[in-house]
Amino acid sequence: MGGEVIFFLEIVISGVMAGVMYALVALGFVLIFKASGIFNFAQGVMCLFAALALYDFMAPGGWVDRWFGFTFPVWMAIVLTIGVMVVVAWLIERLVLQHLVKQEPIILFMATLGLAYVLEGVGDILFGSDVKPLDIGIPQGASDWALDNYGIYVEKLELVAAITGAVLVTILGIFFHRTRIGRALRAVADDHQAALSVGISLRTIWVIVWSVSGIVALVAGIMWGSKSGVQFSLSLIALKALPVLILGGFTSVPGAIVGGLIIGVGEKLAEVYLGPFVGGAIENWFAYMLALVFLLFRPQGLFGERIIERV
Amino acid sequence: MFYREAGQFKTSYIADQSILPIAQDRVFVFGFMAVAFLGVPWFIDSYWANAIFVPFLAYALAAIGLNLLTGYCGQVSLGTGGFMAVGAFATFKLITLFPDLNLIIVILLSGAITAAVGVLFGIPSLRIKGFYLAVATLAAQFFLVWLFNKVGWFFNYSPTGQITMPSVEMFGVLVTGPSASPAARYLFCLGFVVLFALAAKNIVRGRVGRSWMAIRDMDIAAELIGIRPLAAKLSAFAVSSFYIGMAGALYFGVWLGSAEPIEAFGVEQSFLVLFMIIIGGLGSILGSVLGAAFMTLMPIFLKNFMVDGLAVEVVTAKHVEITLMGVLIVFFLIVEPHGLARMWQILKEKLRLWPFPY
Repeated sequence: MGGEVIFFLEIVISGVMAGVMYALVALGFVLIFKASGIFNFAQGVMCLFAALALYDFMAPGGWVDRWFGFTFPVWMAIVLTIGVMVVVAWLIERLVLQHLVKQEPIILFMATLGLAYVLEGVGDILFGSDVKPLDIGIPQGASDWALDNYGIYVEKLELVAAITGAVLVTILGIFFHRTRIGRALRAVADDHQAALSVGISLRTIWVIVWSVSGIVALVAGIMWGSKSGVQFSLSLIALKALPVLILGGFTSVPGAIVGGLIIGVGEKLAEVYLGPFVGGAIENWFAYMLALVFLLFRPQGLFGERIIERV
Repeated sequence: MFYREAGQFKTSYIADQSILPIAQDRVFVFGFMAVAFLGVPWFIDSYWANAIFVPFLAYALAAIGLNLLTGYCGQVSLGTGGFMAVGAFATFKLITLFPDLNLIIVILLSGAITAAVGVLFGIPSLRIKGFYLAVATLAAQFFLVWLFNKVGWFFNYSPTGQITMPSVEMFGVLVTGPSASPAARYLFCLGFVVLFALAAKNIVRGRVGRSWMAIRDMDIAAELIGIRPLAAKLSAFAVSSFYIGMAGALYFGVWLGSAEPIEAFGVEQSFLVLFMIIIGGLGSILGSVLGAAFMTLMPIFLKNFMVDGLAVEVVTAKHVEITLMGVLIVFFLIVEPHGLARMWQILKEKLRLWPFPY
């Protein structure tokens, strides 16, 4: 293979990997939007919060270390963090969502923005706002296998992220389509009132959905945290996930994945081949423009449910 | 007892349709205006102007603009920061290219330029709706800020990438620049806000405003009764951006004096202005102003209370402030989703019966 081709392949591969990372964040949005129609802006901050909590459970100098004099091993810290995210989900349902049933979507959206502020502030107060390196044993550096056999540079961490993403989507797919709770979730997504009338508890469902998206946020937080450290900017990946979301459609899990891949690859290619002509640093808005162009042809996103309007 | 409209008869349609139909309202509003125009300038000092009044007025104008688009026409926009940047940079370019041009004309022209940009970014709204549109307007936000950060022509190739407002005189008095008096800056902004708030109030009462509201309530039904969505939506984007552009001009020219696009016009600005109209009340001009006042005063109040009152460390206070802001926003949404404007209305209803509620 020629150098040009390899270079191109490398860009595409790193785009795909970045896309999977975006998709991980977008997944959390989709889950909540599907089940409750809430556009949860706090998803990015939830990633940050989960990563902070995880770091605190296992790092020396955290609350656990200071109070009890020991730290947890990685697997136990992850289990505990999942517990924390479930508690957060329960609190959110209890204190916020319960009181906002039947409000306009924009009010709910604003409430999640408020929530984002709260989580960010609480995270800062509890854990401090300095950059924390998160290391849970995910291999870093270039993959030797790809480098030796094909001469292509592939980041190991991104490979792990891609595999994790694939596994996560499979599990979520099975969860949604094969289990009792999954069926209830889909019923709620279809019609709140009909679901209530056949005896599904909306409140339980909401707690479950927010917990699941909290766990997804934890996975995304681990990946992004391992890549660039746990810090405030982690919460800004929400802004990265939004174009993925509108491209794939707010209500579609596969859409989040495909959208993530398109955005990831498109962004990398644009940065390399288009960036130099316009002064660089275009990744901030390029994804949005790309999504916008797609939307002009399919207003509900690639895989979104068809918007049917009646008077 | 004091707030009764008994005995006030309207004998013409004009009297019946007036903005302030009740005599007590007129007395209150004109009294309030008299205090704002004649009273406040006497004792306003640099701190009050810089920290409270001027930012409040600039944000109030931006909030009115966004409310016209989001509250009246139903198009959620997260591009406010970007449009404010357009207004600010247009002012900067105009004032440096034509130093002799009257500042009022400069600001109006900046608004017009922003309106053109707003229409351009409003075109997708004809096809995209709801949250899809909200996210799509983020494209405007990020693209515009990037543009002003990258293309040297916009900031006259200054090495820091900052734009700085020169000192400009109006009627022989400095209104911008570091040596302008607080009272002059305050009055300049106040004039703009009062004039354009009145204009907005009249726009939304007229044909254009009604067509916006029809689009907001159900666009297909509006189309069926003969409202052209193209004209209604794009005019909403144009008028809204015009207001936001002027707000950006005041924000940069009169308040900040110098600005750097990423810091001053980031996406946080968009959210801040959106908060203002939600807390103030969607679809209410008064609400926009109340919301702007609330969101400007709240951080200052919290900070003063914690740092001076409770002697909390500044860094911790910042974190607590963010948390409390979030809590307050959620609290407000739960208690009164229709905002401060609705609270004001309820208060007036109560006042009519006070002190004999039976």
